[in-house]
Amino acid sequence: MNEIVRKPAMRLWEMQVDDTQAREAAERPEAVHKHDNEVTLRFPALSRNESFARMAAAAFITGLDPTLEELSDLKTAISEAVTNAIIHGYRKGPGEIRMFLATQGMTVYVEVEDYGEGIFDVVKAREPMYTTRPQEERSGMGFSFMEAFMDTLEVISTVGTGTLVRMSKTIRS
Amino acid sequence: MKERHPAQYTVKNRCLYIALLEDLDQHNVDRIRARLDALIDECGSNELVFDFSKVSFMDSSGIGMIMGRYRRLLSRNGIIRAVGVNPSVARIMKYSGLYQILRPEFAEAGMREN
Repeated sequence: MNEIVRKPAMRLWEMQVDDTQAREAAERPEAVHKHDNEVTLRFPALSRNESFARMAAAAFITGLDPTLEELSDLKTAISEAVTNAIIHGYRKGPGEIRMFLATQGMTVYVEVEDYGEGIFDVVKAREPMYTTRPQEERSGMGFSFMEAFMDTLEVISTVGTGTLVRMSKTIRS
Repeated sequence: MKERHPAQYTVKNRCLYIALLEDLDQHNVDRIRARLDALIDECGSNELVFDFSKVSFMDSSGIGMIMGRYRRLLSRNGIIRAVGVNPSVARIMKYSGLYQILRPEFAEAGMREN
């Protein structure tokens, strides 16, 4: 006889969280945090989190006293990266986005990572005006904006595994 | 979560005035697009005026939305204007080439905080 075993729904506070890194950070912060300051945020791929992500980044770098233009550059780049993760990476369903922010001296480092579909042809995706979904009026300028408004841009992607966007910008004010 | 609609629409003759109330990112653009297109069809607009006075941020999703509306209006010789554009939004518009399709005199007027 087949017995159906029903797993009870797991609540957030009952979930097993891997806190190895957090414990290590508490004991030896210098081994885990390699920058002057850094923060990692994990959030579901919901479009309403686009504004949260760029505002969090703006708040994080206020200490570097950026100009309004530099702040706007960073916000735009982050908005583009997070939007890409949501509409392309997780086109087929929900998922999680990891955003890492760090400052070292006057340089801001940003990583936006998704664990979604991945990009088939990164070189093509980075071309200005290229979009896989013109019918949805995507302007195809996401990567161009990231490239134009940040100092460096690196896109690492594997089909089926996800995409990591790495950017940096030095605040010159 | 109840969110307010990111734009207010006013129709005068065949001119549709859109007061944008929130940042123009993909989240808000998706909410504006459907309602805007319905209104364009309903009142046969050939002139759209986007008021950016309350917009502090726009990314490529906003560019896509304006370009898309431009294509829609092209068939009826329509025009699109932008007013109240702040400097950081203006940079995005310039960089993307959007200034070429917005009526330039009004784009410039927008930059002077008209």
